[in-house]
Amino acid sequence: MIKEIEEKREVTIVFAGDSGDGIQLTGTQFTNTNALFGNDIATFPNFPAEIRAPQGTVAGVSGFQLKFGSVEVATPGDVCDVLVAMNAAAFKVNLPRLKKNGTVIVNIDGFNARNLKLAGYEVSPLEDSTLADYRSIQIDITKMTRAALEDSGMGKKEIDRSRNMFVLGFLYYMYNRNLKGTEEFIKQKFAGKDDLIDANIKVLHAGYNYADTSEIFTSRYNVKAAQLDKGEYRNIMGNQATAMGLIAAAQKSGLDLFYGTYPITPASDILHELAKHKNFGVRTFQAEDEIAAIASVIGASFGGKLGVTASSGPGIALKGEAMGLGVMLELPMLIINVQRGGPSTGLPTKTEQADLLQAIYGRNGEAPMPVIAAASPSDCFSMVYEACRISIEHMTPVMFLTDGYIANGSEPWKFPNSNDLLEIKPKFAVENNQNYLPYKRDEMLVREWAIPGMAGKEHRIGGLEKEIDTGNVSYDPENHEKMVKIRQAKVDKIAEDIPLQNINNGDKEGEVLVLSWGSTYGVIKNAVKECKEEGLSVGHVHLRYINPLPKNLGELIKGFKKVIVPEMNNGQLVKIIRDKFLVDAKAINKIKGIPFSTAEIVSAIKGEEELV
Amino acid sequence: MSEVQDVEKVKLSPKDFATDQDVRWCPGCGDYSILKQVQSIMPDLGKDKEDIVFISGIGCSSRFPYYMNTYGMHSIHGRATAIASGLKISRPELSVWVITGDGDSLSIGGNHLIHLLRRNFDLNVLLFNNEIYGLTKGQYSPTSPEGKVTKSTPIGSIDHPFNPLKLCLGADATFIARTMDRDPKHQREILLRGNQHVGTSMIEIYQNCNVFNDGAFEVFTDKGTKAEETLYLEHGKPLIFGANRDKGIKLDGFTPVIVSLEEVSEDDLWVHDETDRTKAQLLTNFFDNPSLEGHLPRPFGVFYVEDRYRYEEALEAQVEYAIEKSGKGDLDALLRGKNVWKVD
Ligand code: SF4
Repeated sequence: MIKEIEEKREVTIVFAGDSGDGIQLTGTQFTNTNALFGNDIATFPNFPAEIRAPQGTVAGVSGFQLKFGSVEVATPGDVCDVLVAMNAAAFKVNLPRLKKNGTVIVNIDGFNARNLKLAGYEVSPLEDSTLADYRSIQIDITKMTRAALEDSGMGKKEIDRSRNMFVLGFLYYMYNRNLKGTEEFIKQKFAGKDDLIDANIKVLHAGYNYADTSEIFTSRYNVKAAQLDKGEYRNIMGNQATAMGLIAAAQKSGLDLFYGTYPITPASDILHELAKHKNFGVRTFQAEDEIAAIASVIGASFGGKLGVTASSGPGIALKGEAMGLGVMLELPMLIINVQRGGPSTGLPTKTEQADLLQAIYGRNGEAPMPVIAAASPSDCFSMVYEACRISIEHMTPVMFLTDGYIANGSEPWKFPNSNDLLEIKPKFAVENNQNYLPYKRDEMLVREWAIPGMAGKEHRIGGLEKEIDTGNVSYDPENHEKMVKIRQAKVDKIAEDIPLQNINNGDKEGEVLVLSWGSTYGVIKNAVKECKEEGLSVGHVHLRYINPLPKNLGELIKGFKKVIVPEMNNGQLVKIIRDKFLVDAKAINKIKGIPFSTAEIVSAIKGEEELV
Repeated sequence: MSEVQDVEKVKLSPKDFATDQDVRWCPGCGDYSILKQVQSIMPDLGKDKEDIVFISGIGCSSRFPYYMNTYGMHSIHGRATAIASGLKISRPELSVWVITGDGDSLSIGGNHLIHLLRRNFDLNVLLFNNEIYGLTKGQYSPTSPEGKVTKSTPIGSIDHPFNPLKLCLGADATFIARTMDRDPKHQREILLRGNQHVGTSMIEIYQNCNVFNDGAFEVFTDKGTKAEETLYLEHGKPLIFGANRDKGIKLDGFTPVIVSLEEVSEDDLWVHDETDRTKAQLLTNFFDNPSLEGHLPRPFGVFYVEDRYRYEEALEAQVEYAIEKSGKGDLDALLRGKNVWKVD
């Protein structure tokens, strides 16, 4: 039977199951297939903190949310159109996010008595009125998969592992997508294991064919390719983009990249990515702890390399003293904080923006450091590159902020050509200058970088206060005050070397200015668009350079009657804005480990949200 | 390059390694002697000044780099070892010297020290052990003996002290040695040996803090007791000590015993073998309180030497391997990735 094709502008799907169900892989495959097809796309993986949380429990649910569309997609979506639940717990956790009349696809086998009990259901939600408002598709995926592989000679456990391919095949049929990309992926993943390749492809087709022949659908759906800017695209995750930005900055500056770090969620993927690229001259060093990680970076920077370390909040706290040393030494080095829920160990796998004040102020003494933040997964590339440029050209440690949401999220990226990237020029000491003074500065207050091996420029630096120009130890009170001011002025001057702030979305002046930073960009953009469509007067400024702030920010703020600052914290940027500009900026806060929804921002713009 | 460089390089003298900064240790501090010996061996390293780096942490001894006319960094407490690790990975060709004390490397920096040793970077660690916190004016340190009365332990320390070289051997150090401030000749010898060793050279130097812990090592340095209390190790030579060189160490199974050479022949003594790890372990146990009856003498010299791969070399090899295998990194290919689509 030939089915009709129904066009959709955008669709949000949540895949959910046990962490052992291959949910992340299913989500990534579905993402890649749609990205290659040409949809705009945004993803948000959501996994449990425990690596092997007890099977079937609510704590062990792993989720992957993606939104794909023929129109611009700025966030992975507030609510979903389709929920795929592999068991009762996954169903329970995610059902609240399913739209009324949305579609839920459940694996019946995951709703047996044991599953129901673990999820805390007394009566199966498949049998009471829970599903009344939804369209439910109930399939015994386990049984189907086993049937497909009946003759494979594989054990039950092994067979069950390919259940996710059934789901994938089913959705590919539903959304009229080609199986080729995933087939290629399977062949690569299981290279050399022909039986596994055959089995997975077979199950993928079984899911596809089942959707076709079962007459579950009277029509299929199609989401046309998006009208993105002309050019070549690839899909990219935030941490991956950060790693690539570092490699690019190293190449363009002619410095080798040294990456010293200690494993921590959600920053470790940067290490994993960089460790793969030693052929770019990248040296990765997994240090014994967070302090050693940044200390090794200081050693590498002293030796003339691009030293970079990354961590998340708790690790950044440990690095505080060494960052202060970096400020005193005035050497280029980058500290990356992939933020997560805090304080202390907090919510390791959840997202938050609560380390902004730590980034700007969190060191002993007056220790100013530039702070730069990425707005989206692909923006991690551009902004970490900028962070490196500023660090190298201004001889200063720089803090680069992302968070779990954009670090693990993905989106299409119109990748640049390496020729189009800004040049980065290290300030090495001039060779024939025989009177090298380590703390002599140029007009931007930047000192020259003499590294071991440069004859005649031997010098000693350290954490004790330095005498102006010579860098010798000095306890002179006048000198100390001057040096404190110089270090501050040096960071402030970076404002002359960054772009002016533009209004990112909406009106250039008017009633409400939404002022934001970090990973909230996409959702605020959506919300502002919605409000504009309703005729409200609203503009959006999104900061990527937070210290120093763009020179014209004060002017932009003056163009609006009211300023609101939505943040996934208890109000941090808002403090800085109030401090710098003496405006009555209002904080809009969400501190739940999950991003804002468009609706929440819209109601904040309309003044409906309770203001702090 | 200036033309002057064509002229053959004149051999530098120890003075060339002194800076114009006033040396600020207390008069009589053991650090002076160590500074002098270190400066004296510098011309013999076979390295240009600009290729030598001194890195220190925090403490009295950590002022050291300011007095060396080489590249140097006076860093933060306990982290010199970790900073040196990053430097050595980045610049394997440099001669790197870590200057640290018992508080710096065994207390706040203990973790980095053991990891440095297991990784075996080719650098030298000079641990100035004065068994006290000098810079903070006299609290007990992790090497202070039990019962030590200090400002922070008015009734005596109840901390059991570290045996530093035993700890280092336990962390798989590939070179461990002990020397002291009051024996410049021996110090010089050991510093040169340490420099020669390819791998991490761990040198403990007994250093007298004449202000807060005067005489901590007196029994090993005082003319009257030195010969009885110290045992100078020499590779291939039997363990003999005593004012009249009339005592030796013999192994009874795994137990070292002091014997009189009047009763036991030299041929039956324990012969020092720097490459013998088991015996090195026994030697690090020669750590008795000198006031105890029947205690063993304290060894000085090179305890142990092992040739093991260096972290930085292995990492360089991996970089080369990666280039050989995948070709030199192509930035544009990396940015493109494998799955590209075009929008026209
Ligand atoms: S306090 Fe002790 S160790 Fe420190 S400089 Fe004075 S004598 Fe030397």
